[in-house]
Amino acid sequence: MDRAALQRALLHPLAKPLVFALWLLPFVWLVWAAVADRLGANPAEALIRSLGDWTLRALLLVLLVTPLRITFRMPALARFRRMLGVFVFFYATLHWLAYVWFDMGFVWADVVADIPKRPFILVGSLAWLLLLALAATSFNRAIRALGAPRWQALHRAVYAIAVLALLHFFWMRAGKNNFQEVAVYAALFALVLGWRLWRRLAPQGSSVSSRI
Amino acid sequence: LPGKPSTVPGGTTVEKPARYEDAAGYNNFYEFGLDKEDPARYAKTLKPQPWTVQVEGLVNKPGRFDLEALLKLAPMEERIYRLRCVEGWSMVIPWEGYSLAELIKRVEPQGSAKYVEFVTLADDKQMPGLRSNVLNWPYVEGLRMDEALHPLTLLTFGMYGEVLPNQNGAPVRLVVPWKYGFKSGKSIVKIRFTEQQPKTAWNVAAPQEYGFYSNVNPQVSHPRWSQATERRIGEDGGGLFAKRRQTLMFNGYEAQVGQLYAGMDLKKFY
Repeated sequence: MDRAALQRALLHPLAKPLVFALWLLPFVWLVWAAVADRLGANPAEALIRSLGDWTLRALLLVLLVTPLRITFRMPALARFRRMLGVFVFFYATLHWLAYVWFDMGFVWADVVADIPKRPFILVGSLAWLLLLALAATSFNRAIRALGAPRWQALHRAVYAIAVLALLHFFWMRAGKNNFQEVAVYAALFALVLGWRLWRRLAPQGSSVSSRI
Repeated sequence: LPGKPSTVPGGTTVEKPARYEDAAGYNNFYEFGLDKEDPARYAKTLKPQPWTVQVEGLVNKPGRFDLEALLKLAPMEERIYRLRCVEGWSMVIPWEGYSLAELIKRVEPQGSAKYVEFVTLADDKQMPGLRSNVLNWPYVEGLRMDEALHPLTLLTFGMYGEVLPNQNGAPVRLVVPWKYGFKSGKSIVKIRFTEQQPKTAWNVAAPQEYGFYSNVNPQVSHPRWSQATERRIGEDGGGLFAKRRQTLMFNGYEAQVGQLYAGMDLKKFY
């Protein structure tokens, strides 16, 4: 498919509902697996970790939108960024709720005691709070109310979220020396964040590129 | 591999055992991969026969024991133990074996033998997980002599009335029920009696997180998580909504093993 055709496909009225349905699939699958007892010996752990994985994947994808859009000159990709961002928040919220519910039994005193004891839960919770701020300002009215420059400055917090999320994953796996998947995610995040840094530092960087 | 119900105090809990497929499908055995499902998937390449266990070090009668000799060394008993993983989950598992003390008595340890070291198989032709360098291979574990001689310390050949599946440490492993699961080495090839405390695999990999003793202790947190509670796999009404249960001191075997640690600061010797 050439670029024009791809651009047309991205602008198709069904493109957004399709992406929406695709990103809902992991959630649907997990709910089905939980009900059908298909999550293995330790279903709570499987559910919590799976929701965390999908949060990381959605976060990677939302950070990939701008590099793809500029590299392949496909402005239509920008239409999907907000929805993908809200999906990051959706999976992060489920991930956190699953921890509070299945690990802590909804005992808030235990949650409050647990967070400072476990640095990886602390940084994960911080990342979720930042995501909450971004999700709460993801409406057109919020953008207008804040004004574009302030809104954009706030939404640069997504870079901090990426770093916190990766640290959360790294610390979680550090207990068992299991860094293979962490390394894969770290490399992918380095790619999408490094691309931005490179654009910013490159000498030919014009005012266009500084707007990313 | 049938065994008579054990008469050792603490040897048979009446709690509900985990399903066999959970006990044989949810394992930590890094020699076959890092995911819990990996051992069941990849341990088919392990060859549990023929097998010999080398017994050496500070003993009067060192020697090589082949599996047939070990199986006949003492009567098989069925022990139903709680297994508590350092990760915060637990299972009840019926094992077949006999007290390690039976073997130790026969090889006559010398007075200078203070510790027992267990070396497990590290063969990259049988174990794909050795390609990753998460731990120093071979996996080494160890016990103090009095811990090794305790009747609850089980030299184990079977579970659920059958020979051990490969992923659970065939053909011979240790089960030390009052310690976190990783203290119980799988697929043992060498037992060495030493004067020095053995350098155990997880203690070498992360000394601040995993001590030599690693007794189950709800009061001593892992640096990354609390050990106060555990998720019991296979519990009635279990699954997703099962409430976590309180972890017991020495995994509930305090009456049997507490005196081994009298006067020791268990926060220091974690």
